[in-house]
Amino acid sequence: MQTTLAIRRLVRRRGARQGAGQLRRNEALTGMAFIAPSLAGCLVFVFVPFLDALRRSVTNGFTGGFAGLTYYIEIFHNQSFLTAVANTGRFIALCVPALVALSLGLALALDESVPGHGALRAAFLLPMAVPVACVALLWQLLFHQNGLVNAIPRLLSLPSIDWTRGGWALACLIISYVWKNVGYNMVLFIAGLGGISATLYEAAAVDGASPARRFISITLPCLKPTVFTVTVLSLLGAFKSYREAYLVAGSYPPGSVYLLQHTLNNWFAKLEIERLSAAAVVTAAVILALVALLNRAWASDAGL
Amino acid sequence: MMKYVRLGLLCLLAAVVTLPLVMTLCASFMGEAELMEHIGAVLPGGSGRALTPTLPAAPTLRQYAALLLDTSVYLRMFWNSLLTVVPVVLGQAVVGTLAAWGFARYRFPARDGLFMGYIALMMMPFQVTLAPSYLALDLLNLIDTRWAIILPGIFSTFAVFLLRQFFQTVPYELVEAARIDSAGEARLFVWIGLPLGLPGVASLCVLSFLDNWNLIEQPMTFLKSQDKWPLSLYLPRIGESNVDVAFAASIVTLLPTLLLFFYCESYLVRGIQMAGLKE
Repeated sequence: MQTTLAIRRLVRRRGARQGAGQLRRNEALTGMAFIAPSLAGCLVFVFVPFLDALRRSVTNGFTGGFAGLTYYIEIFHNQSFLTAVANTGRFIALCVPALVALSLGLALALDESVPGHGALRAAFLLPMAVPVACVALLWQLLFHQNGLVNAIPRLLSLPSIDWTRGGWALACLIISYVWKNVGYNMVLFIAGLGGISATLYEAAAVDGASPARRFISITLPCLKPTVFTVTVLSLLGAFKSYREAYLVAGSYPPGSVYLLQHTLNNWFAKLEIERLSAAAVVTAAVILALVALLNRAWASDAGL
Repeated sequence: MMKYVRLGLLCLLAAVVTLPLVMTLCASFMGEAELMEHIGAVLPGGSGRALTPTLPAAPTLRQYAALLLDTSVYLRMFWNSLLTVVPVVLGQAVVGTLAAWGFARYRFPARDGLFMGYIALMMMPFQVTLAPSYLALDLLNLIDTRWAIILPGIFSTFAVFLLRQFFQTVPYELVEAARIDSAGEARLFVWIGLPLGLPGVASLCVLSFLDNWNLIEQPMTFLKSQDKWPLSLYLPRIGESNVDVAFAASIVTLLPTLLLFFYCESYLVRGIQMAGLKE
């Protein structure tokens, strides 16, 4: 502590000598130099091309003239786009909270006191290593009309269902999403839980707080920064679920799992670049707003 | 008592989670007749009920032999994967470490806004940047070359996000102490940043390998010639005509990731935890 203070004082003195403005300018330049390679790559491969997409979304594809919001209005009257947006929204609204709750539950259950917790943790992480392409094959085996999951309705003498079709396909997609990501989030939550000081719990126990009360008043608030990360990464994973839907059912899957990515992909295949650009701009704006919103919600202590 | 109930439930859940992999492994050692008996029902035109693949009655390596020895397709795709994934992972480690250090250690205008942009970029589904990226790669004459996957992959913002979280936990005092020894900023990074960051970088490499071994959309869109496709597209390609090798192919596809998983689990776990670190 003593040395720290001494160092801080030294830094300040050096800062005063050089002039604080100069020092800050140097710092900024050095920082930007470190980021330069990464930023240059992002500019070349994403940001600048994306500006081009923005331009295309307001430019008439045939005449080259300014098209205003024509394409934006058009996509919001496009039935398949609207269906896809609704499906994607519903998928995310269902799967992300389910995943967060389940992985938090697992993290709470699987603490260090459980015998063999290392092996159990490895088991829950294992699906991460399973390539998406294998998942498609397993879907077929499990959820097909004649598949293994239908043993359950058969046991209850109910008719067997083809889970890969109709509304059930969404449930299949959610299950495989949770299966794949639950271990990852669990590890994040275990780390977050481990970071909560034990004295807080002891103090609360002395004050006679019930376990439920302790969970609500200590655990949840202390987990806030973890929840931010978990939510961001869960959303990321949710968007990646498109791969499963695509590999199982191709470009035109059953209605309930026809996602935004399917629409965008199909428009790309049909070279409908203007519509695609407009939809991409809207999606990017929504994601950016979502990140900003999440960041603000957790900004107080997320350390972001 | 409660403790055993909890342990039992956890074991049951773990069994359910690992079951699909166990079934794949069992099915990969089955001969064609036995395999059809189990999964024939879920193939087009099949009837009856599928059976859970368990230990094969007559284990055989025929599927593996058919896959690895009878054609060279598999081996070529394996090489394609390796030649794509390794440069991506190494490039990400270099570019990502530098940028993460910059974000974590220095203050400059618009830094936080830019970082938020990075997070948003990390979350963008591939299809959002599909058309712009395609046009950029086309302009650079990279379409249908391995570089169309490698170059954009190197600049993944996920690597920057993960490593920045890690670098933020490096004690401020340590860096300042070195700064007082009048070490230049570059030397500061090499002597303090890199050694402290190395475990983080190793974890990033594990996570990034798992992710890039699984690329589907990028190679499908950017590589026209199928002889350049990576292994991740092998399974989707074999389809239903020769489903008999599908399970062996699944196992061999996931073998590298599985080995990595078991040998580097501690790095993997740390890599995951890294994302949740805070100052």
